[in-house]
Amino acid sequence: MMQEDRYELRFGGAGGQGIILAAVIFAEAVGIHEGFHVCQSQSYGPEARGGRSRAEIVISSEPIDYPRVIGMDLFLAMNQAALDAYFADCKPRGILLADATFVSQVPTSRALLLPFTTIARQQLGDALAANMAALGAVGVVCGRVRLASLEKAIARRVPAKFKELNIRALHAGAAAARQLDLAALPPFIDSEEEKEV
Amino acid sequence: MSEKTGQRLLLQGNEAIVEGALAAGCRFFAGYPITPASEIAELMSLRLPALNGTFIQMEDEIASMGAIIGASLAGVKSLTATSGPGFSLMQENLGFACAAEVPCVVVNVMRAGPSTGLSTSPAQGDVMQARWGTHGDHPIIVLAVSSVSDCFDLTIQAFNLSEKYRVPVIVLSDEIVAHTRETVILPEQAAVTVIDRMRPAVPPEWYIPYEDNSRGVPAMADMGSGYRHHVTGLIHDVRGFPTERPEEVDAFIRRLFRKITNGFPEIQLTKTVMLEDAEIAVIAYGAVTRSALRAVRQARGRGIRAGLLQLITLYPFPRKAVEAVLRQCRRVLVPEMNMGQVIREVKRVNVATEIVRHNRVDGQFITPAEIYAHLLAM
Repeated sequence: MMQEDRYELRFGGAGGQGIILAAVIFAEAVGIHEGFHVCQSQSYGPEARGGRSRAEIVISSEPIDYPRVIGMDLFLAMNQAALDAYFADCKPRGILLADATFVSQVPTSRALLLPFTTIARQQLGDALAANMAALGAVGVVCGRVRLASLEKAIARRVPAKFKELNIRALHAGAAAARQLDLAALPPFIDSEEEKEV
Repeated sequence: MSEKTGQRLLLQGNEAIVEGALAAGCRFFAGYPITPASEIAELMSLRLPALNGTFIQMEDEIASMGAIIGASLAGVKSLTATSGPGFSLMQENLGFACAAEVPCVVVNVMRAGPSTGLSTSPAQGDVMQARWGTHGDHPIIVLAVSSVSDCFDLTIQAFNLSEKYRVPVIVLSDEIVAHTRETVILPEQAAVTVIDRMRPAVPPEWYIPYEDNSRGVPAMADMGSGYRHHVTGLIHDVRGFPTERPEEVDAFIRRLFRKITNGFPEIQLTKTVMLEDAEIAVIAYGAVTRSALRAVRQARGRGIRAGLLQLITLYPFPRKAVEAVLRQCRRVLVPEMNMGQVIREVKRVNVATEIVRHNRVDGQFITPAEIYAHLLAM
């Protein structure tokens, strides 16, 4: 058996929700400021704007061989369509984190629902910051990155005039995620040995 | 983004190619944007002016290739980058660069074809085109990248080989490597080995532009530096003027090949993983190397003695390295995102080992699971 601490995330949503930007910021925070090896990729289709958008991050303390998601440890779904389309690759032990503003049906009991878009709209006055709110929650749930690292990555990847808004959104999302009780998630059912590759 | 060396960065493959080219001394880029290569042109347009370099967006890829040949003849290391449709347009001028022995680097970020194909999906369909896309019997160097750090290192290597051997070098990338961001640590500039073309050591009146020497690589004068230098795509004599005399034609073509053959030991780059005691092996190149690496590790975890040979140089085909693997292993798998291009080269080396194919042409990445399934059955 391979000894590796590979951790895989996928972010899904609508084109224009900032899915890929969120993934790039996450990858930079984890890869540059936390010192992990990281591979970040995105679905890259001519239909991306308005349609579905998907981005992936693979994290490991060892050099990464296969750069894409094999089975997600954490899946962030920012709308129902992306959840339906991309959930299938979730590991049995994987956690679904979804924007409750747009997601009503979840296919797993290991789901955490937070209204990222509502939080962004009400607390920050801009629904477009929902991706950063979600990123804050992803940081809390995955436990592999400090908020300070995400802040640094935001500062580098976001235009200066939007920096403060995005960082406030990050903290709002993280605060909401801290209210969740991860220990209360039901245990995963792992009837078969998990697929190795 | 980025821009200092010697620090840990999160870069796309395309961005790392730019960093590699600049580190190698490239100061001219001419190109025409095309998915999935556009980021190379985009970043070059930002970086080159600050380095007193030149970026030109040309009207098409034919002109782009012509422009980098011209810049290189004037003494400036030059790059263009494209994808399949543009690479097709570059073939005629690429042949000119081969015939006139003009150093230059062409990046082809492969997407699925033929024709405009699947513009945003990866493939490895251009291997044979990189080798034989331009007409006539000619040697050429083709390198294949499999990671973001490869993109940096092998772009430098491409420029160095191009300069040293006066030959165009093709860097084959693909949509996966091009658009995946990975953490890389770029070395300080001082730690980068940079090779420049040999320039004439004689005064202008003694200069014979295509005079043979022990390496088979003539000294190259910069256009405009006072040295007479006639350049043509016609077969030429040592002074650079057209000839049809059989003994001059023969000597010219044989020298083109000899200079590359002499360099095989340093040109033919490969990497081995867990091959020492391997009974079965995967021979892979480009992004598929990553899937193969995982599958091989997985097979080892099950007690299967599998190994991996990564072909970094595709041409001149690394026959020696492949032959060693074929002699050692009872079966060899060649996974490719095409219907089978490198497998034919592997078979040409054959020493009676069974060679298994695995082909994928749906515009999707070959997964570790696909390769692993083969390894279990081998």
